[in-house]
Amino acid sequence: MAKTMPRVQLAAAGGEAVREDLSASPLAVRGLTVSYGNKPAVFSIDATFRAEAMTAIIGPNGAGKSTLLKAALGIVPRLSGRVTVFGEALDKARGRIAYVPQRASVDWDFPTRVVDVVIMGMQRELGLLRLVRPAHRKRAFECLERVGMVDFADRQIGQLSGGQQQRVFLARALAQNADIYLLDEPFAGVDAATEKAIIDVLKALKADGRSVVCVHHDLATVADYFDDAFFINVRKIAEGRIASIFNAETLQATYGGRLASTHIDQLRLA
Amino acid sequence: MNNFLAALTLGAGYNSALVAIGATCLGVAAGVGGTFLFLRKRALVSDAVAHSTLPGVGLAFIIMVMLGGEGRSLAGLLLGSAASAFVGLLAVSWITERTRLAEDAAIGAVLSVFFGVGVVLLTVIQTMSSGRQAGLESFLLGSTAGMLFSDAVVIAVGGAATALATVLMRRPMTIVAFDPDYARSIGIDVPRIDLLMMALVMAVTVIGLKIVGLILIVAMLIIPPVAARFWTDRSSNVIWIAGLIGGSSGFVGSAISASAPALPTGPIVVLVCAAIFFVSLLAAPDRGVLAAVLRHRAFQRRVHRRQGLLALSRGEPIHDVMTLRVLSGEGLIRADGVATETGRSAAARAARDERRWDVARSLYQDTSLPGRYDGLTAIDTVLTRDEIAAIDREIGGPAALDIKGAS
Repeated sequence: MAKTMPRVQLAAAGGEAVREDLSASPLAVRGLTVSYGNKPAVFSIDATFRAEAMTAIIGPNGAGKSTLLKAALGIVPRLSGRVTVFGEALDKARGRIAYVPQRASVDWDFPTRVVDVVIMGMQRELGLLRLVRPAHRKRAFECLERVGMVDFADRQIGQLSGGQQQRVFLARALAQNADIYLLDEPFAGVDAATEKAIIDVLKALKADGRSVVCVHHDLATVADYFDDAFFINVRKIAEGRIASIFNAETLQATYGGRLASTHIDQLRLA
Repeated sequence: MNNFLAALTLGAGYNSALVAIGATCLGVAAGVGGTFLFLRKRALVSDAVAHSTLPGVGLAFIIMVMLGGEGRSLAGLLLGSAASAFVGLLAVSWITERTRLAEDAAIGAVLSVFFGVGVVLLTVIQTMSSGRQAGLESFLLGSTAGMLFSDAVVIAVGGAATALATVLMRRPMTIVAFDPDYARSIGIDVPRIDLLMMALVMAVTVIGLKIVGLILIVAMLIIPPVAARFWTDRSSNVIWIAGLIGGSSGFVGSAISASAPALPTGPIVVLVCAAIFFVSLLAAPDRGVLAAVLRHRAFQRRVHRRQGLLALSRGEPIHDVMTLRVLSGEGLIRADGVATETGRSAAARAARDERRWDVARSLYQDTSLPGRYDGLTAIDTVLTRDEIAAIDREIGGPAALDIKGAS
């Protein structure tokens, strides 16, 4: 009996440690595991995203980047783990978090116009009964203005190019007026003008005190666009400032041998 | 014809008027309630739900007879059908979520098993109480012959409630149908919204058993929104246009069936609805087949015209028959294939436009401009006059090109 006592106390101390203060972090996950079938897509992830920073989630295909975002938002069920938004449970802080899904995830022939998609971002304040007023419309136009799409407000969404679709999704997130923005591959398959428009909006959000987390696949732009990086390959590989962890060692650990050393040489590394 | 006109003005008798009102209310409710089923791409689930009502009808009859009742109470039968439709719906979603089977397989399995059980029950009932034959088979295809005032009230109230609920829930249902992941991210309970949507479908099915029957009710749920989609690009418009199409099919269909002695109401209503669908499919202004064909023909002509003009400007021979036809049709070439005066200047303009695009693409590399080149869009519809002037300075002036193009 006497021998087991210290163990119990250790466990209790460990339990205390789990309840660390995460209120400074706009998004933190602890022990997050998600599996599709019996294969974990992400395993036991701890992540603490930094406030007023732009963070890239980096990893090879199938590393669980999108799954990490979706699980953090409760879109896919968690097998285990905990998510906090500014230290609060996710459901209490829904209004502070905005999500920009991959644009390929929806049917663009859906009967709706650009401005209607943006107004979807105001659903939490509209609820079931309130009508869409001119003030809401005006705000939707302002959001479209910020992404350079105001001229397309009345277009059917099926008429947009890929980059324009991505900007509309970003405008919808802006309409939520959130404190943290989670974007899934916002730069995938968009034209250069869209990429610039999006990065300008994200940097403005950061300057305004908001936080941004992007699943990002283009290693060449990581150092230009982001402050922090989170490296993942099912498990967490590393997280921290670009300046200290965006290096050949971390990249090799994340991508295994799949990343040619010549490719790494061309990157602007820390 | 006179009978038909009388029916249209609700003047063809008490029963016909009741049927007309009932069918119209049902049509509106089905069109409105079916809209989100269609937008969510789950049209076929309603087929499984509809066929799952049959065992409930049979069981409700048996229970009511065993309790000493007559067994024919419409409210009792509808309650039973709703209960078994709900079980069928649960079976479809359980199979889809918990097994490796896809939804289409689950629908096929549930639909046929429930329908089979229902048919067996109806047969049992026939032998069990041949004296008080309940005429339950009329729920298969609907039967309006003995429709009562209370039946019409059930349909009208149920239909109004369904339509109202749909309109109230339209925004969350639209978001779930368009982008379910995003809906979850803003805290919408997606499974609950889906369940609600199916509950609306169930309600329409149950109140439609009397008029249209369980086999054809799917048509009333799906055809109106599909037809409405041809006329609008906004989901909020699809809702009321679908209601309009459903309601008018119900009204016109019941009037037609009242105008002749042996026309069944349900199938006629569905056929009227299908007729509206075919008209929409063909004639709708933007998404209709005719419009698409005309648009494609016009596009094809523009491509051939442009290719032909560029070939002329380079002095190359044109072999494509359609290109020759388009050019000579516009008087740009003579019968022997040589460019006319207008043809030469049009060719020069096309060549100049092409050259301007070349320069513009390298000047505006970092913008979306290069992506807008499709070989057909004239550059002066994309850039301002000043920008084009700058490009022309780069080229060395339009005059030089004109001469080269015309030579």
